[in-house]
Amino acid sequence: MAVNKQMEKTPMPEQEPQIRAANFEEVAKGYTVEMAVNEAQRCLHCKTRPCVSGCPVNVQIPDFIAQIAERDFEGAYQTIRATNSLPAVCGRVCPQESQCESKCVRGIKGEPVAIGRLERFAADTHMHAETECAVKPVPNGHKVAVIGSGPAGLTCAGDLARLGYEVTVFEAIHTAGGVLMYGIPEFRLPKTIVQREIASLREIGVDIETNMVIGKVLSVDELFEQGFEAVFVGSGAGLPSFLGIQGEELLGVMSANEFLTRINLMKAYRDEYDTPIKRAKRVAVVGGGNVAMDAARCAKRLGAEHVYIVYRRGENEMPARLEEIHHAKEEGVEFLFLTAPVQVLGDEGGRVTALECVDMVLGGPDASGRRRPIEVEGSNHELSVDMVIAAIGNTPNPLIRTTTEGLEANRRGCLVVNEETMQTTREGVYAGGDVVTGAATVILAMGAGKHAARSIDEYIRGKGR
Amino acid sequence: MYTILHKRSLNPSVTLMKIDAPLVAKKARAGQFIILRVNETGERIPLTIADHDAEKGTVTIIFQKVGGTTFLLDTLNEGDALLDFVGPLGRATEVDGYHRVAVVGGGVGCAIAYPEAKALHAAGAKVDMIAGFRNKDIVMLEEEMGAVSDRLYVMTDDGSNGNKGFVTVKLQELLDEGNAYDLVIAIGPLPMMRAVAELTKKYGVKTLVSMNPIMIDGTGMCGGCRLTVGGEVKFACVDGPEFDAHQIDWDGAMKRLGQYKEEEHECNLMKRFGKQ
Repeated sequence: MAVNKQMEKTPMPEQEPQIRAANFEEVAKGYTVEMAVNEAQRCLHCKTRPCVSGCPVNVQIPDFIAQIAERDFEGAYQTIRATNSLPAVCGRVCPQESQCESKCVRGIKGEPVAIGRLERFAADTHMHAETECAVKPVPNGHKVAVIGSGPAGLTCAGDLARLGYEVTVFEAIHTAGGVLMYGIPEFRLPKTIVQREIASLREIGVDIETNMVIGKVLSVDELFEQGFEAVFVGSGAGLPSFLGIQGEELLGVMSANEFLTRINLMKAYRDEYDTPIKRAKRVAVVGGGNVAMDAARCAKRLGAEHVYIVYRRGENEMPARLEEIHHAKEEGVEFLFLTAPVQVLGDEGGRVTALECVDMVLGGPDASGRRRPIEVEGSNHELSVDMVIAAIGNTPNPLIRTTTEGLEANRRGCLVVNEETMQTTREGVYAGGDVVTGAATVILAMGAGKHAARSIDEYIRGKGR
Repeated sequence: MYTILHKRSLNPSVTLMKIDAPLVAKKARAGQFIILRVNETGERIPLTIADHDAEKGTVTIIFQKVGGTTFLLDTLNEGDALLDFVGPLGRATEVDGYHRVAVVGGGVGCAIAYPEAKALHAAGAKVDMIAGFRNKDIVMLEEEMGAVSDRLYVMTDDGSNGNKGFVTVKLQELLDEGNAYDLVIAIGPLPMMRAVAELTKKYGVKTLVSMNPIMIDGTGMCGGCRLTVGGEVKFACVDGPEFDAHQIDWDGAMKRLGQYKEEEHECNLMKRFGKQ
């Protein structure tokens, strides 16, 4: 088949910025069949398959793209699904520009093949086709417990279930999905899509128990007593960091976790739901990651007139996905780079009135390799706001670590694992995702869940010998 | 689903429910709480566990109709079920090692003071209990509290039961009489707990209070329940809900509790139930 020489990615239709900034519907609408086939034809099918090496879950990218080019969409989906438990999610939220697409040879002279958009297309086409029920694998008689139903846990559960394990996933809150449900907003990842992905895991036999806070209602030891032969801990990094500055106790200061959970999980933006949400006029979001972008764009959608991203480094240092930064700008979010908060100011009623900030300049690289921000003395200025959202990261929840003997953690509270096997310092207990790395991405967590599933399988098969 | 096995009205605004939740019942300890959600569109609200029966697999909750969700909850009857019921959350009360304890409950707070008194009593402490209500018509759990305390004092704001005065009046009287408490536990509205804290501070008696701030997940994820204790930020859900009353920033806690007052009034539930 002739290669499509088009230098740019086939554009994906999106809602207009002015329109979407006032609703929670998905921003990007996805490819049509013709767009997908056109884009798929841009793939060179390199022998060395560099894109695959950029994928943490090893999706056989050129194969599924070839299937799309041949209009075998279900085949493409099955190719992705063979190594990726959540294709519709990854197609939407992966930082493709730093993974698969960064390795694409087409990206040297022009834009890389839009691998993420094609993955999404294959997954969405499969979902719309309402294909036959998945076949339940033959049970192998072994039980594994998975703690946490976020991307790491779901991937680990899916992979083990496909190998015939009887897998039970324990979720602390009332809905499965973890950060995919409470963190990432509807306009970026529709919740019906997450639930469809989870339903397809249930179809292959994964049991999900919600409202189960492991460490409280059951301990890891009790899970072993109940006959689970291995436990995977994928409980994420759920503990929000605060700014540690004066005035943080003022009303109107909250973690991005709280703000996003009210909106995404509890649907506070919809009239028929009971959970309340503050609708602020002027919002400062502190941080430069995807969570900061999500919070800022949500604040805009709730009607804020001014939404500021307050970030202490420069635009190039921002960890957020390029597309999120781009979308946020289009929607009118105002970026204050090289700006750091010093204190939150409030009125007599204890409500936020302003965020005092200082200017920063970039110095030499720090431990993370990024240039260290240095405060410009005497540059203090006030930003008039009535809400401040801290989106400066999360650390792992200590609940499991503190209730399970033999689990070592580092000084940031992250579980220590053997990187070869993902086994923790306790036999039979594996861990992966943010609980090990600290807050990172959906796809890295999925990669870890996949890796752990392989090790758990080897461990349990090894025990039988 | 978590079925309501028993429902009883304790006074016109306070209801008791026994919920079928065997796993929670098995682990529950005094001082811990649950989070429930009535239905799909409902909020998650925390309620302290009022009692539990591990054998029968039941957890008792007692709530006052103060907002949309508690009004909605009160419309449910025996045989109905709650959509979500998660727990036990938070740290349990340390009950060992105390000899003389005063447990102070204010209004619906008595529902939580009662299991504390029960646990301390069972652990061998001599328990004096002071329960305060606005008037005699809304006195509740008198028999239960009497059964787990060595002395029970029921106080009314208006004196309608013959004992007029706030709980702090009685507590001060007991302290002045020379009762050497090694612990005071106070549970009730924030102003009451604060008043107890201010009183016992003068007497140098260790005092614990059970905080009930706004929460969403109850596992440390949102930080909505944070409060300042001893100059440090603490999360009531995982570090509490009980804290040293003499270390709490009471002004801050009171402001945070009122945060969503405006939204509560707008909320659908209040429109639906506001007239009751």
